Amino acid sequence: MRSFEYTSARSIDEALAGIGPDAKFLAGGTNLVDLMKGDVEKPARLVDINGLPLADIAATPAGGVRIGAMVRNSDCASHPLIRERYPLLSQALLAGASPQLRNMASTGGNLMQRTRCYYFYDTAFDRCNKRVPGSGCAALEGYNRIHAILGASSQCVATHPSDMAVALAALDAMIELLGRGGTRRIPATQFHRLPGDTPQLDTNIEPDELIVAVELPPNGFAQRSHYLKVRDRASYAFALVSVAAALEMDGNTVRTARIALGGVAHKPWRAMEAESALVGRRLDATAIERAADASVAGAKPLHDNAFKVALAKRSVARALEVAGGAA
Amino acid sequence: MNGNGMIGDPLTRVDGPLKVAGRAPYAAEFDVPGVAYGVMVRSTIPGGTIASIDSRVARRMPGVLLVMTHENAPRLPAKGRAAVKPPAGREMSLLQDAAVRYNGEPVAVVVAATLEQATDAAARLDIKYRAADAVLDFDQAKKDPKPAKMQRGPAEKKWGDAQSALERADVKVDAVYTTPMEHHNPMEPHGTIAEWKGSELTLYDATQYVSGARETVAKTLGIPPEKVRVVCPYVGGGFGCKGSAWSHVTLAAMAARKAGRPVKLVLERPQMYGPVGGRPQTEQHIVLGAMRDGRIVALRHEVLSHTSVFEDFTEPSTQPTRALYACPNGETVQKLAKMNVGTPTFQRAPGEATGTFAIESAIDELAYALGMDPLELRLRNHADVEPSSGKPWSSKKLRECYEDGARRFGWSRRSARPGSMRDGRWLVGWGVATATYPAHRMEAKAVAIMNADGTFTVRSGTQDLGTGTYTICSQIAAETLGVPVQKVRFELGDTRFPKAPVSGGSMTAASVGPAVRAACLALKERIDAGGKAPLQAEGSARPPAEEEEKKTHAERSFGALFGEVRVDPELGILRVPRVVATYSVGRILNAKTAASQFQGGIVWGLGMALMEESVLDKRTGRIVNANLAEYHVPVNADIGSIEVAWVDENDTGFNDIGARGIGEIGITGVAGMVANAVFHATGKRVRSLPITLDKLL
Repeated sequence: MRSFEYTSARSIDEALAGIGPDAKFLAGGTNLVDLMKGDVEKPARLVDINGLPLADIAATPAGGVRIGAMVRNSDCASHPLIRERYPLLSQALLAGASPQLRNMASTGGNLMQRTRCYYFYDTAFDRCNKRVPGSGCAALEGYNRIHAILGASSQCVATHPSDMAVALAALDAMIELLGRGGTRRIPATQFHRLPGDTPQLDTNIEPDELIVAVELPPNGFAQRSHYLKVRDRASYAFALVSVAAALEMDGNTVRTARIALGGVAHKPWRAMEAESALVGRRLDATAIERAADASVAGAKPLHDNAFKVALAKRSVARALEVAGGAA
Repeated sequence: MNGNGMIGDPLTRVDGPLKVAGRAPYAAEFDVPGVAYGVMVRSTIPGGTIASIDSRVARRMPGVLLVMTHENAPRLPAKGRAAVKPPAGREMSLLQDAAVRYNGEPVAVVVAATLEQATDAAARLDIKYRAADAVLDFDQAKKDPKPAKMQRGPAEKKWGDAQSALERADVKVDAVYTTPMEHHNPMEPHGTIAEWKGSELTLYDATQYVSGARETVAKTLGIPPEKVRVVCPYVGGGFGCKGSAWSHVTLAAMAARKAGRPVKLVLERPQMYGPVGGRPQTEQHIVLGAMRDGRIVALRHEVLSHTSVFEDFTEPSTQPTRALYACPNGETVQKLAKMNVGTPTFQRAPGEATGTFAIESAIDELAYALGMDPLELRLRNHADVEPSSGKPWSSKKLRECYEDGARRFGWSRRSARPGSMRDGRWLVGWGVATATYPAHRMEAKAVAIMNADGTFTVRSGTQDLGTGTYTICSQIAAETLGVPVQKVRFELGDTRFPKAPVSGGSMTAASVGPAVRAACLALKERIDAGGKAPLQAEGSARPPAEEEEKKTHAERSFGALFGEVRVDPELGILRVPRVVATYSVGRILNAKTAASQFQGGIVWGLGMALMEESVLDKRTGRIVNANLAEYHVPVNADIGSIEVAWVDENDTGFNDIGARGIGEIGITGVAGMVANAVFHATGKRVRSLPITLDKLL
């Protein structure tokens, strides 16, 4: 880790005033500090935002819920409003990391965690377009069992590690950002980016913007949703594949469906075609199979991760079965 | 239950309260005034030479005291190779030349007033390399196999005539099993504080072998061993990787002398994947031949394991095969595949952990080929004497283990056909395997002292890796002296104490225990003769013969493992909710710490079966998952019920306390048992560890 300057912001204005090139906001630090230890992130200055008044969860007049950016993952997962209205989010949060990490990790910080890739995290590998744009991608021809099967580019095949963000993508969450120019809101599905030719950018946030809240719209999914995480050990491991599935039903017929996948792409992967394949149909084996197929349409596996295509399909099917009450 | 402290009682570990209160000092926690902080810098290429190291920026940074590289490091006798003698002395990286032999090899040490300053400066070294060709692919290395040398026994051992017996056999199994490169990952990282006072050096070192570290560092530096003191009262896990005095120990001493200040050098977690050993990758070809009635008439076990390009270490995976089953015709051979990686080393149950996966899987395959229950096949081939030598066992109660384990597990309720047991969505499989590990002991010494206040102090220069050495030695001393255990204080981990062997090969209890007993018997004699405190007596114990050839008996422990797996056939998810094990290990010295050793070993065996693997990038020779986020070891959620038991046994033919040592046997057989249960559940035979879900899809 390199030496850096540390300041603690006492207000949101102070936080925004303190940010700039070479500076980073410090929330739970569960990812940023690791990256600094590995010499991957080298901020000259950290602006600590742990003291900011952004740690509330409240119902919105529209019937949704607003989650402050500094709400800890464990608090969010156990909050009555979240458990009651968005059990999918609660499940996803609890599937992430370990209790110790969830106690530190914040809602905003979870969204800001960098993508997962061995070659990004170890600076001894000289090729990584994320760390050194233009240097190449060591994972493409390297060991890529944990890497992307969807939406990757020849520049980067890393995957987004968050569980929470997968649920937020499925739940049509809005991310509220505050910058010197004011407030803007972007859908969770558009917050993270695909790598394209600019894999160094994980998100669409501007460098001088602060995440202040995540807002969840009201929905009818609370009774029928499921977060399935498949990983290399029973707990405390990133997803090989995860699925957030949510359904609204009219009897046996699907009225609305939401499907998002984690561990398969550079961002939480919302499977819109799979959702469309279900709407208006009976939730039977055929419909589930069709949705599962659609969810991995266009998948391009790498040398070591071909298994993820079948795994993703079967995981979507399983998550729909559980959400629909069939399993 | 705490027990009254006699041998065998489940006495709670005597060092437990200190540890949970954070008052047990580990090597890197000693408060040494004026200590500076060293950070090791490692190579980023797998082979070649260092062209240049530009340290101008680093040297000008605040607090930096020293940048030690091959250009300015003290020149050592024999280029730093004066003490190469395993287990303690290894081929090290001591900055004596510009050569780079693997990716991650130590190439510099930066010392500064604070750890932060040293870490920051270490990142600013600008190192240029001239890369050379390197062998980074096991499949490439194995095309040019090199002869191996085992620590114990010959690398090639044959008995009977396997070839012609194979030709006669009714049923054959011929399969290749592989195990990956793994790393130890003790909770406590390696660390050394080196402090010079004139010509005298004190090392606070996380080690499994204080006297070995002393010999190695002294010889390497070219100073008399009596000028070096090594202190290590507590070890936060060793598992083999702290059995050798690796490069960082000597580097700390060199840096401290050069900086003129005590230096603390603690390895970062990623630095523990390369410079301090690991479990070698193996490829094991097994051929079994049996008659219709299940008698195994021939076996062949060929093992290829990797080592570095600069030191040979052989993973002795054929060892268990030479001892497990009553087969009159056998051929076992070991070879090496040399690669540009850090030298591998002993890792909990060296030989047996990897070897039993292969042989126990093969035996299971044979059982299915014969249409015989796999437990029945093992019983029919029970080795009443050691098959490869014909020697009788000092003591062996494996038959009782099979019987006890099978009864407790409920083996008789097993349905034989693969895939025939289900629980809802889950496929259920039951597997069996045999556990085994050789019994080792070496010469050890101890001293027993009667203090004026009526208490006793007993000392030996041994180590407690967290296994319970403090506790069991206190119990042995108390029982021998005929006093309550609370009256005894046992001390260890200091080269000022009487010499004891490496705490490896499961031999601490079996070696030091008899020495403690001998010292206490000698002290008791003096007390009985009217001696008054303070009074002391020394004692030592050694095996009648150390070389295998001179031993009249074969000495080995055994166990029977039964386990249940559950497999989600669609998602490949594999769980192991239940393991039952019964061991034949001689006398149990402490029922509580013994159970912990067995259970801990089984937990690691499950890790080996399900998830552990260090992955080498084949282009750069860098281990890609060198951290605890990406190198998976089991977490609580992976572990279900583990019920361990042992048979009543007292192996006085092995030593006078009747105990064979239990540190390693727990991990053995587990991966084989899991693979066998997976086959029973799914009909899929996974011959390559770890059994990750992609192999079951």
